[in-house]
Amino acid sequence: MNDTTAKNLALSHMWVAFSAFIVACFMGEFQVLERSGLFESLTSISVYFASVSTHGVLMAFVLTTFFIMGFGYYTASSSLKVPVWNPKLAWAGFAIALSGVVIAAVPLLSGLASVLYTFYPPVTAHAAFYIGVTLLVVGSWVWCAIMVVMFYQWKKANPGKTVPLAMFATTANALLWLWTSAGVAAEVLFQLIPLALGLMDTLDPGLARTLFAWTLHPIVYFWLIPAYIAFYVFVPKQAGGYLFSDEAARMAFIVLVVFSLPIGFHHLYMDPEQAKGWKLLHGVGTFIVALPTLVTGFTVIASLEIAGRLRGGKGLFGWIGSLPWTNPMTLAVILSLLMLIFGGFGGIVNASYAMNAMIHNTAWVPGHFHLIFAGTTVIMYFAIAYYLWPILCKKPLVSNSLALVQLWTWFIGMSIMTTPWHVLGLLGQPRRISSVQYNNVLTMTWEPYEILMILGGLVLLGSACLFFYILVKTQFGTTTEVFVGEVEYAEPLHEVKDLPEYLNDFTLWNKVIAVLMLISFGIPILQFFFMDTYGSSAWGY
Amino acid sequence: MHIDPLEKKWVQIALGMCTLFISIIMIDALFHGVNAPSNVETIDSRKIHLSEEFAEDNLGVQVAENGDITVRMVAGRYAFFPKQITLPAETKVTFRWVSMDVLHGVHMPMTNMSTMIVPGYVAQVESSFPRPGEYPMLCNEYCGLGHDHMWSKAFVIDKEEWEANRAAMLNSTATENEASDNE
Repeated sequence: MNDTTAKNLALSHMWVAFSAFIVACFMGEFQVLERSGLFESLTSISVYFASVSTHGVLMAFVLTTFFIMGFGYYTASSSLKVPVWNPKLAWAGFAIALSGVVIAAVPLLSGLASVLYTFYPPVTAHAAFYIGVTLLVVGSWVWCAIMVVMFYQWKKANPGKTVPLAMFATTANALLWLWTSAGVAAEVLFQLIPLALGLMDTLDPGLARTLFAWTLHPIVYFWLIPAYIAFYVFVPKQAGGYLFSDEAARMAFIVLVVFSLPIGFHHLYMDPEQAKGWKLLHGVGTFIVALPTLVTGFTVIASLEIAGRLRGGKGLFGWIGSLPWTNPMTLAVILSLLMLIFGGFGGIVNASYAMNAMIHNTAWVPGHFHLIFAGTTVIMYFAIAYYLWPILCKKPLVSNSLALVQLWTWFIGMSIMTTPWHVLGLLGQPRRISSVQYNNVLTMTWEPYEILMILGGLVLLGSACLFFYILVKTQFGTTTEVFVGEVEYAEPLHEVKDLPEYLNDFTLWNKVIAVLMLISFGIPILQFFFMDTYGSSAWGY
Repeated sequence: MHIDPLEKKWVQIALGMCTLFISIIMIDALFHGVNAPSNVETIDSRKIHLSEEFAEDNLGVQVAENGDITVRMVAGRYAFFPKQITLPAETKVTFRWVSMDVLHGVHMPMTNMSTMIVPGYVAQVESSFPRPGEYPMLCNEYCGLGHDHMWSKAFVIDKEEWEANRAAMLNSTATENEASDNE
């Protein structure tokens, strides 16, 4: 099969993703330096908030969306063994998303969109920012459509057969993203763009926050699912073993998709515009969505144990030592799971209705999501890139040991940076400040932690540069060596037999999601149209 | 379809863990009165100064006839008004926060007094402070380029001392405002 199109799509998307990533890493280091207050020449509030806004948009929206699209095209084509459906449409989606990024970048970099990547109104940015972000999302919807079409075309051509796990999970993510993005799309199209263009005088910030909360939780699962896909379909094979359970993996993906959606109000625990009952309902759902992650942890570790024992590991823990620690994918999954354990613990605190009050909007929160997103998730993006680059470019990875150094330094840097962040949060430091101006004894205890964060940031920046270097050198290096390998998906320990249709299809699950969303968001959204609410006009910043 | 017995057991353990966490949260929320602000009460943020409740004279600490303490605060770029309040320790206090402009959030470190202040809504939150001391009230949601500077102070003093000087605690808001402006 000629899969050049899929490979070109994957490379193009991933280059956009990782270019955004490297720019955002430099901004991140600037931000820790600036906020420490130790370098007077760097101090600039307006540059700081322009930088934080850009860093957030590049990391959370550009890196993720482009990586997911590129990885998805290649996964679909290679796991189903068919070419990408309608490549012209796929390139059109790429162009729309990329033009959106460029359009949003202009106001972001010129300080006209310093509203942070959560753009909470009524603080309002230049309309081009919202329009650019919208185009990025529209481009990603094209990808979703192509994934869904390929999924159903394959099922039609292969009646009764089990859709490969990699494609099942990719399609699950595409459907998740369609559901997820609906909330923020409604907010941007019906509230923010009309307000920014002056077509509307006021908007209701309570409704805007509710719609944003619709998106705010499942979006992190949209980012996380590629990491989980690698856990299940690459790791077992790379570690030298088998996937412990294909069926459990499918169930985990389904529960992730279904239950990550109706739970966004744990971001609104501290908000006055939603009532207690709704918050508690979403709180229960938040704990249910921990289940698939616990199952994933079990299945992945069990798969690693199989690999370790096949490689001669003995005893209760001996298999850990006999794992191939020099294989980037295996090393990445170990480090990723370590960060997931600590990040997950922090997440349980956030999800807890009462405890959340202590850390809400403190430095704990960026500490948490850097650990779980930039740590757990992005380290798997690295591992996937190291695995796919030789296949996509037909050249061997420039250096395996450099890749290992890069993964270790990313883990170490992330640990150094996020630990003080968590401590600062417990000490009450608010997130999203550019300097500490409070004249209070308490705030003096914060200083030493800022210095640790600079160090962590430096290690991370070095690691990011090394990552970028490895990719560039692999693809454009002068080697004449040719890499001939193709992607290898892990085999399940037990062959998948008699799979029920609900684990091979999404029709039922879309209906379940529709009902759950109606229950958990129906009245909370409708209430704004029945109450006497008062709008807010647009504000600068 | 094959699911390993060990995996089934793990799913049961995981379910048990989630049930335990949810039960603790529910008991706290329903029986121990956890006070996340959830009053869904609207107000016109553009006319706060004209509203009776949040007119300037009514801001700060007020004691009802039955002894209940209510603190009314207005958040506006870049401070919480009044800029200084004094509260008794070990006493239930009801805060009512409103914004006169954009989205803000406020918390007092080392306490569970925390809420978002969404324009158009009144955020009501109850708390009590076991330990006397000086607590900053910090804005914790980005609200503009002056966000770093947005904070005010709450002094928590011994209950007896507060009772003894109650009149001064309530009326001192205006003069203390001036004092802190001159800092």
